[in-house]
Amino acid sequence: MRNININVEHVTRLEGHGNIVVNVKEGRIEECMWKVVEAPRFFEAFVRGRSYLEVSHLTSRICGICSIGHTLASLKATEAALGVEISEQTKLLRRILIQGENLQSHVLHAYFLVAPDLVGAPSVFPLVATHPEVVLRALRMKKLANDLCDIFGGRTVHPITPTVGGFTKLPGTGEIKAIRQRLVEAIPDLEATVALFKTLTIPQFERETEYIALTSDEEYALYDGDIASTDAGVTKVANYRSVTNEYLVPQSTAKYTRNKRDSYFVGALARFNLNHRQLSPLAKTVAEELGLKAPCHNPFFNTVAQVVEAAHAAEELIRLIDDLLSRGLRRENGEIKLRAGTGAGAVDVPRGILFHEYTYDDQGICREANCIIPTNQNHANIQKDMEAFLPLLLDKPEEEIRLKLEMLVRAYDPCISCSTHLLDVKFV
Amino acid sequence: MKPKVAFFDFASCEGCQLQIVNLEAEMLDVIGAVDIVQFREAMTESSDDYSIAFVEGSITREKDIPRLKKIREQAAVLVALGSCATIGGVNCLKNFQPLEEVRRYVYGDRAHWYETFAARPIDSVVPVDFYIHGCPINKEDFVKTVTELLLGKTPETPSYPVCVECKLKGNVCVFELGRFCLGPVTRAGCGSWCPTYQDNCTGCRGLIPHPNTDAEKEVLQKYGLTVEQAVGQFRVFLGYGEVAK
Repeated sequence: MRNININVEHVTRLEGHGNIVVNVKEGRIEECMWKVVEAPRFFEAFVRGRSYLEVSHLTSRICGICSIGHTLASLKATEAALGVEISEQTKLLRRILIQGENLQSHVLHAYFLVAPDLVGAPSVFPLVATHPEVVLRALRMKKLANDLCDIFGGRTVHPITPTVGGFTKLPGTGEIKAIRQRLVEAIPDLEATVALFKTLTIPQFERETEYIALTSDEEYALYDGDIASTDAGVTKVANYRSVTNEYLVPQSTAKYTRNKRDSYFVGALARFNLNHRQLSPLAKTVAEELGLKAPCHNPFFNTVAQVVEAAHAAEELIRLIDDLLSRGLRRENGEIKLRAGTGAGAVDVPRGILFHEYTYDDQGICREANCIIPTNQNHANIQKDMEAFLPLLLDKPEEEIRLKLEMLVRAYDPCISCSTHLLDVKFV
Repeated sequence: MKPKVAFFDFASCEGCQLQIVNLEAEMLDVIGAVDIVQFREAMTESSDDYSIAFVEGSITREKDIPRLKKIREQAAVLVALGSCATIGGVNCLKNFQPLEEVRRYVYGDRAHWYETFAARPIDSVVPVDFYIHGCPINKEDFVKTVTELLLGKTPETPSYPVCVECKLKGNVCVFELGRFCLGPVTRAGCGSWCPTYQDNCTGCRGLIPHPNTDAEKEVLQKYGLTVEQAVGQFRVFLGYGEVAK
């Protein structure tokens, strides 16, 4: 009977600081733990006292990678609280931004953070020499998505133009047409991505859990919808707390969540399991080619679902841009009437469903805030997966166990900076 | 031999490191010119043998201090990356509330599990050689600083305000749009990023060395804005300089 001692301090190639601790004595598992050690930053506390116009810019700073998602969830919550209606044009522009962020984030995760494991490299940097065409393709696709977000949001990281009720500045028709052309030309890069992932071996491991994502009759939901669960049906966003049920654990500076089981899964795989029928034609083909079928209970396939969603994003972006151009862009000046109130907003961002909720006074000053972040909702599921996966690995060399557990964590694409700003606040 | 470079982060959103990954093609040039030995967000291989350290994030708890001091001991050149590291940034907003209450608000009766002290920029703990300002950093600014470092030059940041860049671009003044803008007193170098998209400057790059406060007061008066509004705006990124040391 063997002893295994693994202590990975700060798992690499993910956003933020998390540790894996495994302790096996004479073949018996004594400890198997996913720990979040990120420094808490207390966003919900310090947005109190700030103006409704500043809140989305502040909460964007929760996370550099998902800053568009945080901005949009924040704006939707503020608009719900203040009773602000937004135009079809604004909805279209926001849908474009959220698809752009999904595309760039998924390319980054699949190529830079996951693919190195699957080809046996410690990072993407050695691949520059050995697989230059792969790296250049990844950079090309990422640049396309970033340029698109720059055009529509003013900036990819911490966008400038999205504001309560609309946009401070609209993009020009010329630059929109140019980026549309680049999206069309990117389809071969997506096909090459699919071909690459076809050659890679995804670890086999299944554990059924509850899957939660936004859902909508109109589309494969990212920007808007109700909360859907594979266990519990549909819930309105305003009642999100009945789904998230946060609790604290001593091993983590992030809060954990649970709904019908001990844990649930959010992210691309959850969206795929719940909404795959609404994927674009190309995305459906990609799913089939990569062997992704709903329901899929293998967390490692989350990366495959991201590749599927990248194809969906490209096709959807072309459709949304055509819709926008056919309507013609108009400068809109909505006036905002302040009122006291509470409102919640949800979007489904690269790593899963994201909730923001605020209470404002009648001067538009934020009085209460709550943000529930995707990675935070996945922590308990990562823990339960590790507990189920480790016993299957006990006969492997220690180095392989460590790598496989790191790969499991990475498959969730965790974004830990995000996940440590959670609070439990009673709204009156 | 190529200089060995490492990246580190403390309390932050890691958006400034993402800006570096977002350099795309230029990132390959950077990789060609330096030897990146530690970059947790992007790579597994790691070494503590480095001469240039880029540090993102604010210092917010006791255990950050020895970690930062160790980085300072190893690095010949220490560069602060982004507002959280250079001026404290948004993390310092919490310093204006009683920290016990802040912890309780977020973590309830388990507040004592979560250590925190007043957020601060890294130069309040160790000497910093160079600063790359902004929230997020500007990609061109990063490339320029790295290039100058590699050429043995002293990287310099502009000492004139954002207004200069904004005027050169021919933007409509944000005050004319009814917003309160910190462009007149904020260090340039971002290409007047936010005002170009018709949003106000919030001062993320820090104050210029000798801000013309008389002119700022005149502008405030002209547009009917109050000192209270000004102080509120300053706190978003510049709070550390105000009271929270």
